[in-house]
Amino acid sequence: MRIPIETFRLDNGLFVTLSEDHTAPIVAVNLWYHVGSANEREGRTGFAHLFEHMLFQGSAHVGSNEHFELIQRAGGTLNGSTWLERTNYFETVPSNELALALWLEADRMGELLPAMTQEKLDTQRDVVKNERRWAVDNQPYGTMLEKLQELVFPPTHPFQHSLIGSMEDLSAASLDDIAQFFATYYTPDNAVLSIAGDFDSADARALIRDYFGPISKGKGKPPLSPMSLPAVFGAPLREVVYDNVSLPRLFMAFRSPIFGSDQYYAASVTSALLGMRKGSRLHRVLVRERQIAADAGAFTLDLAKGSDLLVVDVMARPETPVAQLEEEVEREIDELHRDGVSEEEVRRAKALIETDLIASLQSAGERADRLSMFATYFGRPELINEQVDRYRSVAAKDVNTLVEERFGANNRASLVYVPREGIESEDMLAAAVGAR
Amino acid sequence: MVATLRPKSGAPRSYRFPAFVDERLPSGIRVVTAQVSKLPVVTLLVLVDAGSTNDPHGKEGVAALAAALLLEGTAWLSGAEISEKFEQLGTSVESGADWDSAFVKLTALSDRLEDAAVLLGRILREPAFPEREVERLKAERLAEILQLETEPRGLADEKFSEFLYSDDSRYSRPDEGSADSVASISRSDVEGFFKANYRANSTTVVLVGDISTAAAGNLVAKAFHNWPSGAAESQRLIATPRTNRKRVHIVDKRDAPQSELRVGHVGLPRKIPDFFPTLVMNAVLGGLFGSRINLNLREAHGYTYGASSYYDWRRGAGPFVVSTAVQSDVTAPALREILLEIERIRTTKISIEELSLARDYLDGVFPIRYETTGAIASALATLVIYALPADYYDTYRTNIRAVTVDRVLEAASAHLHPDQLQTVVVGDARVIRDSVASLDLGELRIHDQ
Repeated sequence: MRIPIETFRLDNGLFVTLSEDHTAPIVAVNLWYHVGSANEREGRTGFAHLFEHMLFQGSAHVGSNEHFELIQRAGGTLNGSTWLERTNYFETVPSNELALALWLEADRMGELLPAMTQEKLDTQRDVVKNERRWAVDNQPYGTMLEKLQELVFPPTHPFQHSLIGSMEDLSAASLDDIAQFFATYYTPDNAVLSIAGDFDSADARALIRDYFGPISKGKGKPPLSPMSLPAVFGAPLREVVYDNVSLPRLFMAFRSPIFGSDQYYAASVTSALLGMRKGSRLHRVLVRERQIAADAGAFTLDLAKGSDLLVVDVMARPETPVAQLEEEVEREIDELHRDGVSEEEVRRAKALIETDLIASLQSAGERADRLSMFATYFGRPELINEQVDRYRSVAAKDVNTLVEERFGANNRASLVYVPREGIESEDMLAAAVGAR
Repeated sequence: MVATLRPKSGAPRSYRFPAFVDERLPSGIRVVTAQVSKLPVVTLLVLVDAGSTNDPHGKEGVAALAAALLLEGTAWLSGAEISEKFEQLGTSVESGADWDSAFVKLTALSDRLEDAAVLLGRILREPAFPEREVERLKAERLAEILQLETEPRGLADEKFSEFLYSDDSRYSRPDEGSADSVASISRSDVEGFFKANYRANSTTVVLVGDISTAAAGNLVAKAFHNWPSGAAESQRLIATPRTNRKRVHIVDKRDAPQSELRVGHVGLPRKIPDFFPTLVMNAVLGGLFGSRINLNLREAHGYTYGASSYYDWRRGAGPFVVSTAVQSDVTAPALREILLEIERIRTTKISIEELSLARDYLDGVFPIRYETTGAIASALATLVIYALPADYYDTYRTNIRAVTVDRVLEAASAHLHPDQLQTVVVGDARVIRDSVASLDLGELRIHDQ
């Protein structure tokens, strides 16, 4: 099963991938800008994400919030998202509205600044602060990502600081910052445009040339601070967070091979084998057999530079003391490290991943997003068609090599959430303090 | 310089919701199949008329528990073996119950579908409900209930339902049960519920994907033969409000940085004559990014990350609710804006621009909703659960386009009741109490969380 792919590059550096599929009159437009929270300077944490909000506040020929209105009026869906390494913007529209979606994206890539005002910035700053309150501060375990980043990356590393940012830094962001960030990062040569679905390639090429062709190339972006890191932490890391949560929860992170590398696929299979669905090791042992956990899972962050993270996530049952939660998870990881994995477990993990990979390509938006991702990180959108084979080629011995290297005691970082209320009872306190 | 002129729409290409075959097996099981051959993927969805509204009084949560336990063991396979067998086939089965039905579903690659379907049919015919698994799933549900105490969104939803419906309405209690009701459920309650409700004539199998409808029909006949015939007794749906007077409830959460707000009243059952005008009305009020409530609270005031309104459609009258989270110090002003928007849409006509935004969106987005086999299977399930006509999806867009400004006003004035609004605020009572009390929201009650 392969999806068709064409690529070309405009003179201004914009890289374009096209993938036709005429089964339904739907087309997805997807833009990745190769900028994320990693590119933020000191004192401006959260800026990449705040900037994403500003991109919906209008541009030279589009009014405030009109981007949303025009796409919804056309019967389309849209959004944007910010991650450590990239920011993406996407819309799926009826195929006769392709020109509209492309024009809107081009207008804000070419001429955002004329529409920026202090008032819009102030409002979106408030919206983002409320997003932080909603998703991070007033949500159990909502601080997980920023606490983990802080725990596992060294202080000057681009992945070390919070993606949503601090309230203080959000308050400090100015219109000058907007102009500077836009000029540096929102340039055609720092972006990938993908179109997937029902369109004619020649028509799409003409529209892209007309709309995006006149936009000037950027002047280059400052290099990121050095990102490469040793394969392991070197010593166990641990942080305890006493928080307004009901159940103890352990996130145990391991440095793992970067997204897209040969070893990444073995890491991804390891993560599925440990925590994907009910037949996974952690679910079977901790939730079903030993019944000390209410839930268990594992995932990779899929970072393409420096070092990726594989994270094991286990939520305790109410009666499980924190110390026991940590001990039992450690024991499972020790056992994995000592004894390795079976062929059968690897087969199960690969079968589940393969179904998910293929099923996910049903949606035009997903296809376009993955094309943009592979083009942005590796300059090779055709990697989308190689994923099934990459996973199929992972053997138990590859997983065992990875596990041997990365799951030892020198590569574990534990972030432990402990209910603040429970701390008052003595045994919980003893458990939390005496865990190490 | 980017082109300054906005492009015009091209000529639209036609779209039809996938054709489907709807038939009944000799055993009484209904089978709905649709061939969608874009990718080698199939979704199988089993629906049983055994939702949470069938829970006996005092045993709330048994429908959800029974559905989850279907996959936790038979006489010949343990729960762990069941997971393992499906996952080796590259699929995992999900099961559960919502208000109106129990469901079991899986998505598999086409070449593994037959094995998965036959296995599923055998497992569902004779679940053993092992005692150990019953007790484990009960304990996991109790852990979830405990989690809710520190999870403001879920807590607000649950308290809202509790304050909205009368005690004798099943909707006043959580669909998966409360701590007391779950603790009281025994293995024999689960088995009794299963025997009474899981009958051939109460069951529909939906199969959508890369398989011909003929092959799909044969596969279902093979995998699901031999089910006990007969149908479950139908349950009386009670959806009466707890009170006809407006009231405001503060659920106290010390030091909360935001207030979770729910404002609404008992809404409407899914099958009503003016469904389409009501849908468009809600889209204008709070159903879209560009709706009045979101533009007001988020884009004009910056009070929130997002605000919306919706009807929770069920067979009986589910809630109509405006839902948002705002920073604590603007709780009262945000509530005032919500009340104004509800009042405004029921007393004055919406503009033609607002009508066309909602109508064009609902009409245009229609094909985008059915890109995946999972989404198409859910859409077919909706037809079955609410007994909608077979041409429902073929006439959907015409029905949306027929809605006028006048019909929207009629729907709003008939179905929105400002004098009956129940308001729930999960937030810091010390900070918000006085300002909330000064609003015209009815009697104020404060609850310890």
